Amino acid sequence: MRLRDAFLLAAIAALASGAPARGEELTGTLKKVKETGAITIGTRDSSVPFSYLDGSQKPVGYAFDICLKVADAVKAHLKLDKMEVKLNPVTSATRIPLIANGTIDLECGSTTNNADRQRQAAFTNTHFLTATRFVAKKDKGLDKTDDLKGRTVVSTSGTTNIRQINEINTARSLGMKILPAKDHAEAFLMVETGRADAFVMDDVLLASLVAGSKTPDAYTISSEAQSKPEPYGIMLRKDDAPFKAVVDAATAALYKSPEGKALYEKWFTQAIPPRGINLKLPMSEAMQKALANPSDSPDPAAY
Amino acid sequence: MFANFDVSVIASSLPYLFGQGMVFTLTLTALAASGGIVFGTALAMMRLSGIPGVTHAAKIYVETMRSLPLVLVIFWFYFLVPYIGAWATGSATPIQVGAFASALVTFTLFEAAYFAEIMRAGIQSIPKGQTAAASALGMSYAQTMRLVVLPQALRNMLPLLLTQTIVLFQDTSLVYVLSLTDFMGAASKVAQRDGRLVEMYLFAALVYFAVCFTASWLVRRLQTRVAIIR
Amino acid sequence: MNYNWNWGIFLEPSPEGVGTYADMLLSGLSWTVATALCSWVIAFSLGSVIGVLRTLPSKAANAVGTAYVELFRNVPLLVQMFLWYFVLPEVLPTEIGTAVKQLPDAPFYTAVLCLGFFTASRVAEQVRAGIQSLPRGQAMAGTALGFTTAQTYRHVLLPNAYRIILPPLTSEFLNNLKNTSVALTIGLLELTARARSMQEFSFQVFEAFTAATILYVLINLVVIAGATLLERYVAVPGGR
Repeated sequence: MRLRDAFLLAAIAALASGAPARGEELTGTLKKVKETGAITIGTRDSSVPFSYLDGSQKPVGYAFDICLKVADAVKAHLKLDKMEVKLNPVTSATRIPLIANGTIDLECGSTTNNADRQRQAAFTNTHFLTATRFVAKKDKGLDKTDDLKGRTVVSTSGTTNIRQINEINTARSLGMKILPAKDHAEAFLMVETGRADAFVMDDVLLASLVAGSKTPDAYTISSEAQSKPEPYGIMLRKDDAPFKAVVDAATAALYKSPEGKALYEKWFTQAIPPRGINLKLPMSEAMQKALANPSDSPDPAAY
Repeated sequence: MFANFDVSVIASSLPYLFGQGMVFTLTLTALAASGGIVFGTALAMMRLSGIPGVTHAAKIYVETMRSLPLVLVIFWFYFLVPYIGAWATGSATPIQVGAFASALVTFTLFEAAYFAEIMRAGIQSIPKGQTAAASALGMSYAQTMRLVVLPQALRNMLPLLLTQTIVLFQDTSLVYVLSLTDFMGAASKVAQRDGRLVEMYLFAALVYFAVCFTASWLVRRLQTRVAIIR
Repeated sequence: MNYNWNWGIFLEPSPEGVGTYADMLLSGLSWTVATALCSWVIAFSLGSVIGVLRTLPSKAANAVGTAYVELFRNVPLLVQMFLWYFVLPEVLPTEIGTAVKQLPDAPFYTAVLCLGFFTASRVAEQVRAGIQSLPRGQAMAGTALGFTTAQTYRHVLLPNAYRIILPPLTSEFLNNLKNTSVALTIGLLELTARARSMQEFSFQVFEAFTAATILYVLINLVVIAGATLLERYVAVPGGR
């Protein structure tokens, strides 16, 4: 990743030297933000603790905080006195079309950065690493992938996870019945109410759903993962290099600074709204490395 | 079980349910109904115009809309509207359309197809002699429509238009599929957050029932009042 | 428009590993049709009973019929779907509730029941309107022939009423078919749901929705053609 870092530093240096002030024509998202004086952030309902609704139904979260910092950076970059930050709710299924069709400018949530998606959208530096696992009620005794044979399994529609579990289902001919749910809360609800045996999702989201449930002790997360740890990134529109450069520079600076670490700790090792749950997920070594060397690579092996 | 039916969860979320959810639902219903009736009337007039291309265009629009499920139409427009906007304004990139605006466009265009059929029946219910009389008086087509036909058609069809608006009010609950916060969306967000499905969904059903039942009853009373005078 | 069209997408294999995207949409279509037909059986039979109740010369029967229609017409279908799927199993005794939840294809059965009961209220209104539109002399003639009330309905009123309401019943059938798409909220993999998954997997939004649109329009045309044939087949020779 050395070469990439060098480019990144060069990009930051270019930006720091006030590239746009030289009267260059603004394009794409930057132009739009400048003209409308507003940037729109896509938020999620229930991606705890990345982007979700607190007790008063206001969006909060780790990725949401990062997006606010990015918005500040965009505002500073464009030298705007005032910039409105608009919020627009998105779901796993609507987020990519809404980025593409211009409804939102930044998607703050728990979006896995992979090569497939890079054809539709761009990602800034990785803010989290997570693997696919499943959660089930303890009394069902499900722990390994093969335990899911013939079971009803739910996952959130539009995620990489539902795709992976479909592929595993076919590859190992497990005969699972896979239901798509609208969002994570609805999917977890299916497990909670016994409509599905297991919910396949990124392990960090499962951990927070379990921690936030009425009976955290009743659930268990599979020990076998269904994928390698994959990177999460904030999504932006594709083919908009000037905007991406601003966002990349802002996130890289944030992740490397003590503020980035503090932000992580605020959401993963301290009590979070709405009910003061502590996820108790101290920063892993891989995560420390990922934040120290910001990268937007979709390849799990790069981390 | 009803044994642990928790009323407090409903009570504590009332401001959110009504202040945000119901306001969204009612605003969307009112605006989409007004827009739908205007556009629907235009469609009905196009369909009855007898001008070959225009009649067909209106017919194809109405029949296609009426053969599609609303859920599919909601998805269509949510993704398509920004592109249409870009095309209409000649902008190079898709323009930004908020969730509410998008829902409003969807419901206006979708319900217009249904309002158009009601208005078509309304316009056809006016005896031919009246339009003949109007043109004998030297009125133009526009004048005939505005001064003679449409006022009566609207009055005759008022109960049906209002009934369709009640249907629209119920239909707006489907914006749930886009995670927007209408009344039902608000109820389900609280239900999922607090794990109180039974309470929230029953309460939502009760509120919808009360509103629609009262509204239908009012429409029936109105029907006996405005019934005409032929 | 900066959108990458790719109409060949339908022939590409879907990530579910069984067949192409086209197969995925067709499987959605078959669930749509199956759900629509099964729920129509409930809607038609129950709706006829309720409709008849509302025309009987009995206050109690009228009240039951009216209560049913008002209840099912004044609550949005989506809410009813959730009541059947999420609320009903919770208020049943625990063992039955659990058994209900673990049914294979639970979304399908739930959708069939929910749509059946929902559409029944609309069918009931049509049946009532049909019966009430018949000249009163028909019921009287039945009585004069010595028919019981049941026989009058069976041999005189209903056969005539059904013929009259065939067109509105066709449109209720089509509404019922379109309404199956609401069941995607409880996990039924019908046509709209499949178009949506296809969009999510392939990112080809407009191709997926265009295909679904065409399929819906086609089923509508088939149903309307079928209804026209049926109308001609059941027409009473020399009647109206």
